[in-house]
Amino acid sequence: MKFGVVTFPGSNCDYDAYAAAKLIGQDVEFLWHQSDDLKDSDVVILPGGFSYGDYLRSGAIARFSPIMKSVIEFAATGGLVIGICNGFQVLVESGLLPGALMRNEHLRFSCKYVYIRVERNENAFTMACQPGDILKIPIAHKDGNYYNFQGDLEEIKSKNQVLFRYCDRDGNITQESNPNGSMYNIAGITNERGNVVGMMPHPERAVEDILGSSDGLKVFQSVKKYIMERAGVEKA
Amino acid sequence: MSNRKATVYVRLKDGVLDPQGVTIQRAILNMGYDMVSSVKSGRFFELEIDAEDGDVEARINEICGKLLANPVIENFQVEFEK
Repeated sequence: MKFGVVTFPGSNCDYDAYAAAKLIGQDVEFLWHQSDDLKDSDVVILPGGFSYGDYLRSGAIARFSPIMKSVIEFAATGGLVIGICNGFQVLVESGLLPGALMRNEHLRFSCKYVYIRVERNENAFTMACQPGDILKIPIAHKDGNYYNFQGDLEEIKSKNQVLFRYCDRDGNITQESNPNGSMYNIAGITNERGNVVGMMPHPERAVEDILGSSDGLKVFQSVKKYIMERAGVEKA
Repeated sequence: MSNRKATVYVRLKDGVLDPQGVTIQRAILNMGYDMVSSVKSGRFFELEIDAEDGDVEARINEICGKLLANPVIENFQVEFEK
């Protein structure tokens, strides 16, 4: 299987995502923002960073780059796409995920380890986890405050699209453990079909114990497991 | 070719939390001015337009809805001048 990592001007977590894919023994290629070629990737990663200098709104300009046209088509056919941090911002701006990511409530750039609780595991990106698992993964953002209209928030909750929520180290969802003011402590969501995921925390920065945590590996191992099993079914 | 200018104002929708506005309002209070009870932040853009045909305004509105404003959280308003 192959990971494709998009590089926008201003992406700065693309090499970390590349390294994480290599670490679990998978092929990986960079995808250039000016190209429309996904290079037969099985899963596309939109990495963190400050695409186009965060001009206008985070992710607003990247959404109209040539590679995103292909990513949107890929997602429409069920292709697996994960946006991390700035990648999540690009996904909400492009309409692939619902809602918006606003300035953090306290207005500060926040860079620290947080705990997130896995809410669902019938998903390519969490299938190696159990609901209730607590992952220690760092955040690094200023615009991560998840917002949606009350009715739309209820809809994504009822359709099981909330994938990760900020929690304390014991898994309790508390106001103190919410680092940015996100509604419902949302740290990550999926689209209705489940093939597109966005999350503010950086799993690619938590893939070796020497980094402080290896919990982020579970996201990469999940998608590997999912694609391997899917390939097995197709062969059988 | 006629030259027109559009000024676009983008503001947060009513009910959407505006932490920047709140923070600026607090700073004004700290400066000793107590008559400002609310501040709303926003952005504005000036667009120079070279076009003859009649649907310019519709197309500028399209640009606003797709790019300059995020309809999930923001409203926009366009003023055209000759």
